[in-house]
Amino acid sequence: MKRFRRLFEKFIEGILLSSSTITSLTVILIVLFLFREGLGIFNRSPLEHNFIIAVSKQNPVQDLSSDQLKAIFNQDITNWSQVGGKNDSIILFTVNDITNYFTEEELGASLEYLPQKLNEFIVSHPGALMHISDKNLPSDFQGHTIHVKNISVKDFLFGKQWYPTSEPIPSFGIWPMIIGTFLVTLGALLIALPLGLATALFLAEVADIRLRNIVKPLVELLAGIPSVVYGFFGLIVIVPMVQSTFKLDVGETVLAGSLVLGIMALPTIVTIAEDALRTTPRSLKEASLALGATRWQTLRRVTIPYAKSGISAAIILGIGRAIGETMAVLMVTGNASNVPHSFLVPARTLPATIAAELGEAPYGGLHFKALFALGIVLFLFTIMINLTVAYVRNKERK
Amino acid sequence: MKKMLIFSLMIISAAVYGQKVNFKIKGSDTVLPLTQKEAEIYMKKYPGSSVMVTGGGSGVGISALMTGTTDIAQASRSLKLDEKMKLNDAGKSFKETIIAYDALAVIVNPANKVTKLTREQLEGIFTGKIKNWKEVGGDDMKIVVYSRETSSGSYEFFKEHVLSRKNFASTALLMPATGAVVQSVSQTKGAIGYVGLAYLEKTIKAVEVSYDMGRTYVKPSIETAKSKKYPITRPLYYYYLTSVESKVSPFVKFVLSTEGQQIVLKEGYVPVN
Repeated sequence: MKRFRRLFEKFIEGILLSSSTITSLTVILIVLFLFREGLGIFNRSPLEHNFIIAVSKQNPVQDLSSDQLKAIFNQDITNWSQVGGKNDSIILFTVNDITNYFTEEELGASLEYLPQKLNEFIVSHPGALMHISDKNLPSDFQGHTIHVKNISVKDFLFGKQWYPTSEPIPSFGIWPMIIGTFLVTLGALLIALPLGLATALFLAEVADIRLRNIVKPLVELLAGIPSVVYGFFGLIVIVPMVQSTFKLDVGETVLAGSLVLGIMALPTIVTIAEDALRTTPRSLKEASLALGATRWQTLRRVTIPYAKSGISAAIILGIGRAIGETMAVLMVTGNASNVPHSFLVPARTLPATIAAELGEAPYGGLHFKALFALGIVLFLFTIMINLTVAYVRNKERK
Repeated sequence: MKKMLIFSLMIISAAVYGQKVNFKIKGSDTVLPLTQKEAEIYMKKYPGSSVMVTGGGSGVGISALMTGTTDIAQASRSLKLDEKMKLNDAGKSFKETIIAYDALAVIVNPANKVTKLTREQLEGIFTGKIKNWKEVGGDDMKIVVYSRETSSGSYEFFKEHVLSRKNFASTALLMPATGAVVQSVSQTKGAIGYVGLAYLEKTIKAVEVSYDMGRTYVKPSIETAKSKKYPITRPLYYYYLTSVESKVSPFVKFVLSTEGQQIVLKEGYVPVN
């Protein structure tokens, strides 16, 4: 019998051990996967794999920055003299344009004459800027390739333009999104923290049991509403409200996002903070009251300090909810990718960008990797917040 | 139990008739609602056949066609030359069928005075060079540009056909769904956006568009799109490999039939003929 029980205990221990191993392994694997995909964007050419930028052999231009290339393809720069070349207008050419210059018959049924025609094209159009695959290049190519600067971490973090699908040169600058995420989260916390903590205090200390039994399930119900529903509510109710209150041109703003996120973070903050406040032993509170302290003094000096770690947990989880939220924010902040300078302009956030674009980004391409890099940035953000809170809490204990 | 019975009956009948057709369609989100409706009615009409329709974007559908994970690729643009080259390299021949047309209407708030715009003005507005409505004959009011997300087929189409491949202004608001564009334009006075014809309703106003420097303006409608007078129109395609033609051609024929084209019209797209 005894032996059987010991065996049983060992068995349970084994299950517990393997569960925790699986959990930690999963977490580690997810993080590894995130970093493996995301870091692939750095220190490589911003051009898609196998693609090159080429010009005629007579063209003196050797290097172009990706900003210059973008301006050229945006037709803001139209003459070679603007980028240090001869005075000649730039003719943009991608491989899909070849049918404007040669007929399908000339290219051959299975495009076998394409390399040769590319050569003819570059000879007859010395001002051309070609964006082509190096697989199509003829062996005696009459042009030279242009060197394009690699994507650096600095350009990625502090770049101000996000045109991930722009051809041939995408731009991956996430500074607008970092600021956008920061402002939206900050706004949400400014709204949710005072409101949430006050509600928690009220429920734990002031409200009588019957009222609490009604209000708390109601607040918890808020957590069960899907975020898309919050998004629609925000788009149809909060956005016009913000727009008319502040007499704005656009209602989709940081503030609208903060309001929606603030409402969404409330149940987390209220529930956890209230639970923490209620764990304060009755004896402690009674001792304080017996010493002649008022109810407010007891609350401030005994209950809150005792529940401090629970309250900070509520704050972290509230921030976590706000910073990682995708759908609701996607619908109400307008997603314009320029740097927001106040709470009353549109903004784009990191998670909303990942949610909106990952489904369409070709697997393994630059855009795909860039979105994973966004994930890394978001991950580092949350880690930083958690570490800060842990540090503050440790300091207080000492 | 009843479900089981029906299911087994379906299998038996399919086995008896020997035409259990089973294929996949993948690609453009623009074509998705149309194909879904077509497939639904097709499957009702020919029990035993099963058509699985998924979205993901034109590019996704075409690359699935290359890897053989779909039988038909639905696309809101024609194959790019590099995609054709990839198919050629793999030694695969394919067929292309236009199944419907889709037109994008440029929409503004009903309170806006402006009723017509040229392509050049649209380019200026959407690339951020024109910032106030008074520059194009409207009130003194800031222009708020709404667009779809960068991954959407309409975004690419609008960029290519209206902006002559220039980038949208970075201040443009990118909305996750066409319905959201409609909602936002209807509640923002200075707004401008673009949506498929099917989304036109009373809360927003479609503007007339000119592609010949303002000589003629055309209002977007099924009729003008059908007669090719309205310029922002694009064909919607099905692509399939000739090796699976016998399997998919009954469905393609159904879509092109009078009944199939009725569905096209009902879903807000423009029929082929």
